Amino acid sequence: MAKKSSRDRMNNEINAGSMADIAFLLLIFFLVTTTIVEDKGITVKLPPWSEEDPDITKLKTRNVFSVLVNAQDQLLVRGEPTRVENLREDAKIFIRNPYNAPDMAEKPTKAIISLKNDRGTSYDAYLRVYNELKAAYNELWDELSEQKYGVPYSDDMPFAYKKAIRDEIPFVLSEAEPTSFGEE
Amino acid sequence: MSKFSKKRGKTKPEVSTASLPDIIFMLLFFFMVVTVLRDAELKVKVSTPYATELTKLEEKSLVNYLYIGRPTQKFQSLYGTKPRLQLGDKFATIQDIPLFLEKHKIKVPENRHGQITSSLRVDGEVTMGIVQDVKTELRKSGQLKVNYSAKKDPNASE
Repeated sequence: MAKKSSRDRMNNEINAGSMADIAFLLLIFFLVTTTIVEDKGITVKLPPWSEEDPDITKLKTRNVFSVLVNAQDQLLVRGEPTRVENLREDAKIFIRNPYNAPDMAEKPTKAIISLKNDRGTSYDAYLRVYNELKAAYNELWDELSEQKYGVPYSDDMPFAYKKAIRDEIPFVLSEAEPTSFGEE
Repeated sequence: MSKFSKKRGKTKPEVSTASLPDIIFMLLFFFMVVTVLRDAELKVKVSTPYATELTKLEEKSLVNYLYIGRPTQKFQSLYGTKPRLQLGDKFATIQDIPLFLEKHKIKVPENRHGQITSSLRVDGEVTMGIVQDVKTELRKSGQLKVNYSAKKDPNASE
């Protein structure tokens, strides 16, 4: 009896010490092959392709908020040079037209923002302008939503609420075919 | 004296490492969930601009990526320094876009075709000319949902 059977002496557990190493190996593999991408951006719905250009001359000038960006990234808003910092406020005032100015949108549903750029405009400037215009609408939606439902506008809102707000202030941004003065 | 040493010999003062794999696995799963497999090596320099009005792209499988930027140092001798389009892992021309979109489309179930988004990852310094051409081609191909990739503006006043 003094002699123990070898089975008793043997530790019947699997050695889990190397498990950590295996897991580390996997972890490092994933760290190397993956990227934490900032998959964020400005979502845009492009208009369907049509051969003929849409005719915006039929629109009343008072309802069109024209934004031109030239190849030097300078802005011309409704015929006047401005800075991108003022664009958001200008657009908001134009769309809402709180004082019923005769040269601004009749009502938010009729407001149209027309954006035109040059082929030489830098993408950075273009996106900054687009961002400001989108921000103007987002702020207007927020304000309206606060007024109506007491919560800021968000994608998690009930669909009916969102639709009601978007019907009242629709986001209409038309992009004209760019000019090609400054193509590099 | 011998009493002490005997006692120490019996109790094993080792830290148990049995839970270490669990911790590492937790880390591993965390990384697997929050990251995406790198699908393409970038051959163009893409540094997306800053913006504030961002929406998050939810499902990675419904997104295809189009990169526009100047070729990186390595490829400049071959492709020059003009902004180029990269689809998947190779340089492409505007005419390759429809095929690229179609190849992505067959991997997506039919009922979700309408939810496919094209993520335009464009370098901030690129001029609009090439971006416009890509946009036009996307419109012609019926791919209308587009996301201009951008970074969150760190000095945004919110």
